[in-house]
Amino acid sequence: MSRRDEDRRQGLEGPEPEERKRPVGRRNSQGIRVDPEVEAEHEPRRTIISAYVENEPGVLARVSGLFHRRQFNIESLTVGPTQNEGYSRITLVIEEPEPGIDQAKKQLEKVLPVVHVRELDNKPVARELVILKVNGDEPDKVQAITEMYDGQTLDAGPRTVTVQITGDESKIDDAIDAYEQFGIREIARTGQAALARGEEETARVDETHT
Amino acid sequence: MSGEPAQVPSDSDADAETGPKDIETGADAVVRALENAGVEHLFGVQGGAIMPVYDALYDSEMTHITMGHEQGAAHAADAYGIVSGEPGVCMATSGPGATNLVTGLADSNMDSDPVIALTGQVSTDFVGSDAFQETDTVGVTTPITKANFFADDSEAVGTDVGTAFALAKRGRQGPTLVDLPKDVTKGEASEDPGEPQTPSTYNPPETAEPESVSEAADVLAQADKPVILAGGGVIKAEASEELREFATEHEIPVITTMPGIGAFPEDHDLALEMAGMHGTGYANMAITLTDCMLAIGTRFDDRLTGGVETFAPDAEVIHVDIDPAEISKNVEADYPLVGDAKAVVKQLSTAMPHAPEADSWREQVQEWKAEYPMDYSAPEDEPVKPQYIVERFDEETADDAIVTTGVGQHQMWACQYWTYKEPRTWVSSHGLGAMGYGVPSAIGAKIAAPDQEVVCFDGDGSFLMTCQGLSVAVREDLDITIVVLNNAAIGMVRQWQDAFFGERHMASEYPWVPDFDTLAEAFGARGFRIDTYEEVDEVVEEALAYDGPSVVDAHIDPGENVYPMVPSGGDNGLFALAEDQL
Ligand SMILES: Cc1ncc(C[n+]2csc(CCOP(=O)(O)OP(=O)(O)O)c2C)c(N)n1
Repeated sequence: MSRRDEDRRQGLEGPEPEERKRPVGRRNSQGIRVDPEVEAEHEPRRTIISAYVENEPGVLARVSGLFHRRQFNIESLTVGPTQNEGYSRITLVIEEPEPGIDQAKKQLEKVLPVVHVRELDNKPVARELVILKVNGDEPDKVQAITEMYDGQTLDAGPRTVTVQITGDESKIDDAIDAYEQFGIREIARTGQAALARGEEETARVDETHT
Repeated sequence: MSGEPAQVPSDSDADAETGPKDIETGADAVVRALENAGVEHLFGVQGGAIMPVYDALYDSEMTHITMGHEQGAAHAADAYGIVSGEPGVCMATSGPGATNLVTGLADSNMDSDPVIALTGQVSTDFVGSDAFQETDTVGVTTPITKANFFADDSEAVGTDVGTAFALAKRGRQGPTLVDLPKDVTKGEASEDPGEPQTPSTYNPPETAEPESVSEAADVLAQADKPVILAGGGVIKAEASEELREFATEHEIPVITTMPGIGAFPEDHDLALEMAGMHGTGYANMAITLTDCMLAIGTRFDDRLTGGVETFAPDAEVIHVDIDPAEISKNVEADYPLVGDAKAVVKQLSTAMPHAPEADSWREQVQEWKAEYPMDYSAPEDEPVKPQYIVERFDEETADDAIVTTGVGQHQMWACQYWTYKEPRTWVSSHGLGAMGYGVPSAIGAKIAAPDQEVVCFDGDGSFLMTCQGLSVAVREDLDITIVVLNNAAIGMVRQWQDAFFGERHMASEYPWVPDFDTLAEAFGARGFRIDTYEEVDEVVEEALAYDGPSVVDAHIDPGENVYPMVPSGGDNGLFALAEDQL
């Protein structure tokens, strides 16, 4: 209760900070308890997350908004319908430290139209499509490179050649490097689509969606 | 609390005169869905796009409280949800009505309070055309609602409202919104939407895995320095009674977060009250030095943890939460127990092999209570101290009196110097810290609990943001007491300027504040004023005795600051007791 205090210290009484007992341990910036000797921080890791979602209007906006809002480092996001009417698959490539990957999955699961979420960590089948438009001055050389990367020519004119390459990410990166020499006019990349390998399910889909 | 849904007469026993009106439109279905959910009160403001719904309410038994501003409607609904445990309902028209709800919804979202918002929308054939009073309400509110729906079918709109209601309440609670285009609410409908149901894909966990529970119980029983950290989730899950029994039986000191205030009686020996930025010294010492923390229903907000590096660094953390995404979000949980707090505390109680042998810790904790008492100096020749006013109101009110607040220093004094003994008696804006929460929340609280006293501690700055709510309190004749702890400043900002900005009081002083007592009288409420200690007793008595809304303009020491204080991102164990320690 109230008390007279002439020397107006403006505050409460009690031992000073330096007189207090101190803990021995500490946590890292990710909230993980660490050995006083070791500073364990998780390095970012790149991974593919697949979400099976109901086709409600706005579901993609919800998912992308969530990733933006929570500052997950997102590299690509693809979406398309599945064999089950009314459901789509979203494939996300993110790069995050372990706790961030965990959060991304859990937060994604909270979005109502999201039926199931899985991380594809076991060498999934992942493919990306790129369409490239290059200058058409050396059509033969362009053709040679396109063949080398199992690509297809989609459009060829006197000034430009437009080709398509499909493959995993490094193949696409390599192909783009190879086309550099002709002068790349424009690129459209889809981002990765992926499924789990073999018998493994990419997402749990209940009996009604098999 | 008011848990039982109101009885809705079924068709068979309803006679033609008094029975529920037939459902003819989408709006009728919306109203029926609310009735089916047991809703008794609605807070809102009329407007073009929501008019069909209001028209359907004309024949309903539910009471609509017209607010002075939609922000107030959302805050009132929020407070109603906190006090009653049942979702509060707020309504607004499209565009500006809906955007005015946003602050309130963001607040409910941060605090996981059950609220549903019904917003009008322009007709579907106008959507996307930048029509008069059109806003993408679903887009705007997606990040700040648990779920929201754009209703596009008159026959289904009642079910949408039922789903929104059920989702607001089930699992981790939160605000939900249904956007109601005018043609959809005007369109034909005939089906009774039935009882609220969550979607079949929504299955929040009930109990935690038994094995994890036993493991956690063993760890807790082995602890030398155990504490329980009770968050708002304890209150939401109605687990206060279980918590009290568990803590008492095992003699474990209990700390609360700010939303957890009231989860454990603060006059209990084991109570250490609130930890964090303005928590008690003893709670902050205990939270820093514990070796085992049972955290229940808390999201480890940074106002609680300070810098995570120094938060409970020696502790094994057992984290009970209904939302799996809260596990290891901010602080790593060594033992996650995902489930409803009430159920999990019961599970833990059964699984505990014995109480922790922690006598020296228990003594230590009591010593800290003596070392760092919550106290203040109050020289008679100086302006009145706000803490004294809070204490005097506490002394003159019943144990179940409800306190609501604005945001700022007054809010902190209201949580530090009032002794909370019951759950659902502390109503404040925690996670969002929304100034203006005070007056509307007092209204919502009083409507939810008409038999309990309601005292609102407000700041002059916060009060000015939503004082139009007084007109509502007068019209509804609500017996609430609003105490403006008037320091002619937005004090909390000034406190930070004192501490961290070299006392440069940029835009934080309010020398132009009106006389709040006179302002109250102009609204038709009673006004009181306190300038000296001699006046306090009489004003406290008269303001509480007055049967209607009253405002106490309490002129407090403008130089008073809030202590203890942990600077933002700081180390809880190094809380400052005075300016010279910051
Ligand atoms: C809507 C809103 N705007 C701004 C702030 C930032 N803010 C936090 S506390 C505070 C001062 C509050 O002043 P007052 O209501 O007079 O209370 P006091 O701190 O003086 O008790 C301000 C401006 C806020 N929390 N909410």
